[in-house]
Amino acid sequence: MTISDSAITVQPGAAKSSNGAIEHSREVLKRSCVVIRFAGDSGDGMQLTGDRFSSAAAAFGNDLATMPNFPAEIRAPAGTLPGVSSFQLHFADHDILTAGDQPDVLVAMNPAALKANIADLPPGGILVANSDEFTKRNLTKVGYPANPLEDGSLCAYTVHSVAMETLARGALEHTELSKKDASRSKNMFALGLLCWMYHRPTEGTERYLREKFVRRPDLAEANILAFRAGWNYGETTETFAVTYEVSPAKLDAGTYRQITGNTALAYGIVAAGQRSGLPVFLGSYPITPASDILHELSKHKAFNVTTFQAEDEISGIGAAIGAAFGGAFGVTTTSGPGISLKSEAAGLAVALELPLLIIDVQRGGPSTGLPTKTEQSDLLQAMFGRNGECPLPIVAPRSPTDCFDAALDATRIAITYRTPVILLSDGSLANGSEPWKVPAVESLPPIEPGFATAPNAPDGSGEFWPYQRDDDTLARPWAVPGTAGLEHRIGGLEKADGRGSISYDPDNHDHMVRLRQAKVDGITVPGLEVDDPDGHAELLVLGWGSTFGAIGAGCRQVRAHGLAIAQAHLRHLNPLPANLADLLHNYRTVLVPEMNLGQLALLLRSRFLIDVKSYTKVSGLPFKAEELRNVFIDALKGDLL
Amino acid sequence: MGGLDAIPTTDQKQSAKDYTSDQEIRWCPGCGDYAVLAAVRGFLPELGLRRENVVFISGIGCSSRFPYYLNTYGMHSIHGRAPTIATGLAVTRPDLSVFVVTGDGDALSIGGNHLIHAIRRNVNLTILLFNNRIYGLTKGQYSPTSEVGKITKSTPRGSLDHPFNPLSLVLGAEASFVARAIDADRAQLTDVLRKATAHRGTSFVEIYQDCPIFNDGAFDVIRRGGDNAKQRIIPLRHGEPIRFGVNNEYGVVLGEGGFGLRIAPVAGVGEDAVLVHDTERPDPSIAFALSRLSDHDLTHTITGVFRCVRRPTYDDGARLQIREAKATESADLAALLRGRDTWTVDA
Repeated sequence: MTISDSAITVQPGAAKSSNGAIEHSREVLKRSCVVIRFAGDSGDGMQLTGDRFSSAAAAFGNDLATMPNFPAEIRAPAGTLPGVSSFQLHFADHDILTAGDQPDVLVAMNPAALKANIADLPPGGILVANSDEFTKRNLTKVGYPANPLEDGSLCAYTVHSVAMETLARGALEHTELSKKDASRSKNMFALGLLCWMYHRPTEGTERYLREKFVRRPDLAEANILAFRAGWNYGETTETFAVTYEVSPAKLDAGTYRQITGNTALAYGIVAAGQRSGLPVFLGSYPITPASDILHELSKHKAFNVTTFQAEDEISGIGAAIGAAFGGAFGVTTTSGPGISLKSEAAGLAVALELPLLIIDVQRGGPSTGLPTKTEQSDLLQAMFGRNGECPLPIVAPRSPTDCFDAALDATRIAITYRTPVILLSDGSLANGSEPWKVPAVESLPPIEPGFATAPNAPDGSGEFWPYQRDDDTLARPWAVPGTAGLEHRIGGLEKADGRGSISYDPDNHDHMVRLRQAKVDGITVPGLEVDDPDGHAELLVLGWGSTFGAIGAGCRQVRAHGLAIAQAHLRHLNPLPANLADLLHNYRTVLVPEMNLGQLALLLRSRFLIDVKSYTKVSGLPFKAEELRNVFIDALKGDLL
Repeated sequence: MGGLDAIPTTDQKQSAKDYTSDQEIRWCPGCGDYAVLAAVRGFLPELGLRRENVVFISGIGCSSRFPYYLNTYGMHSIHGRAPTIATGLAVTRPDLSVFVVTGDGDALSIGGNHLIHAIRRNVNLTILLFNNRIYGLTKGQYSPTSEVGKITKSTPRGSLDHPFNPLSLVLGAEASFVARAIDADRAQLTDVLRKATAHRGTSFVEIYQDCPIFNDGAFDVIRRGGDNAKQRIIPLRHGEPIRFGVNNEYGVVLGEGGFGLRIAPVAGVGEDAVLVHDTERPDPSIAFALSRLSDHDLTHTITGVFRCVRRPTYDDGARLQIREAKATESADLAALLRGRDTWTVDA
């Protein structure tokens, strides 16, 4: 079990029936945090159910983090293990960092969902199961010899066996809805029941349903009826003796909304376009788990965002390069396999020294790998995956909300230094969500494109030299077609420094290779900050990307044991912060947990000659807080190999 | 709307010299590219466009060195990918005249996919494909337009590949403008360029071009003029009967059984049977049938504009959607970031 606060107060609560009379008293337990996992068939609406519960928790003021988990196929055969889709959310009365190591409550809509998830439910956990689906046929499909809801095999848990479908259909008997549609609303029944159990507000969900089904008011009302039926079931029956309260969290003052990483990336791109005054051009090809960025951006044409669904990955980046050549803010989005396809074009963008944002939402690899599972194994591809010496900056967000800031940061770097930038997100950030304190638009720094307007040849000839650089940034001028007097030709062949004509000169090539490297090395990035509350930690845990939450949660647990530990998290992987070398030397041990085989560790070891320790897991799932706590304690004890 | 609408013009008289860059030309002596370059340099002033609004994007190959020799904006990009780059540029910059220069390898081998999609989308740009039926820059491998059995460095026992018919291919990709010219016939090439640039949409032009080093003489039977050429070249002129020959004695007529087209002596079939060329026929079938009359061995080859039809361009449509969105939705960034479901935490 995680070291978290369990029930701290118990107060008798009174439940009222629909006629107002107090029928029986129930315990209301206060919890500081709860983890719920909704699991069902891919077609059962688990993502929607989980998402709605999260919204209700958010509206109530809890801090929350979510973790959807779904298969790659669109719809595996109903009731089978490969078709199980789940949504886990962690909500609390304090700020939390992960979606939870394991659930406190498992909602299983069918035997397959139970089988796939029960191992994660700790003894004493609550199981809410849709008994209607526990038929002999469905049980046999997944290898249950008998009904586990009845044969006592689940005695370690508090089991609530609820005929959700029957009850939902019963609530909708008087409506015109077909039996099939009525059955589908069982997920809303489950949602209603869970909302009741956890004292969640309901107006938001009812409003959402009315808006979602605005063209089918009959479906809206049906879903609302099913939702209320679930709520009433909890309220009325005596099977649920305990309900739970999770108070709002004390977050920083401000206006909040819930947001997923992919949406935050999309908004960051729109904001970057607005703050730079540039039209945004996205050239992209659908690929899991990045497609939602394309979908979201395609809605915002009013913000001068053009989205081009290209015929393939290469066309996507090619079109973005063409748009950048013309003075737009060019963006392309993809996942690991797409980065591989785009590598030659990315190299061209490096040679052309045009601004470009390349977003890699990493997933399980190699090859087709695990499309819907998270991983962070593209770091070395981002660093080195182009022919020749071909450096480009790399930026990595640490959380769903950080995706917004990282997108703006990456854009600033791309435009200021005239370079493609790779932003490394991953599947868990893309689909995970958390509350976001909405920033004031005025607080977002403006970005200056600084287009070239005049000839710049240093020999006073009045010519325009496309590779004549700025002394500070080493960036070349961005001279776009349509600007009189600056006509020039660029391309992938090596160019003479300054003048920019094709050059095979040996000294020039050596010079240009080093210059391109120096430009990236010299990019101004903030110094790395370390969280070391005790001030004397000997172990530094250094991470990048989505491991931030799990590392932070693990460190909290270590500190709760009275041990000192320091945490730092890199936003910039290339260039690395200038203070990193000194910082690393301050600690007896530097430990880098990664969801790959040690890619950052490899870079740090080779760069700083420090024996960085690597802890790796490549399972398609995020680290667990408890898992890392144990690794950290081992490291503190010197037990790490 | 024409292909050049929305592109700023100039009253200043331009010359071929204005469009000539200071770069020393590196093509081999006798290369057909010189003739095309001369024709393009000579033609561009006629358009009267502001020179800074003309852009040439190329891929990789001897053809693709073209942009360096023109004093316009230009990009020498990567093998096969010029249509993608040109698409991004054309969509975002309706004020530019965008040309893609490519070759039989760049466009029909590695670039085949991007070629057919750019054409399918009908992005407003002009594609000039220099077809010399060989890979010149990499020194003599066969290309997708080389003849079967060709002996080259990579095919010492003869090439096995059946070649593309480029115009059949692009017509299959829904091309709205298709034409063929020959490097040695400057007048016709210029006329084709004129029509290609006037067309709004993807204007595809195949140019037979001689590679004197690796495929010398491949087109000599039609390039060298004279009666030989007249027997072989079938020039298309919109609105006119399709006739050719030393004395115009041959014509193109409907094929056997009413399918396709064939060549017949006019005296035999009568003048009325000769097909009158109509570039604007909505159905591409006749244009496709015309493309099939071009033999790979150049017994006959059709030149001129095969097809020139108006259909919506991708880029016009994309820009229209942006305008419509701007007119009907607000671009309130603060509202976007807040979304519909917010809550407030007080201090």
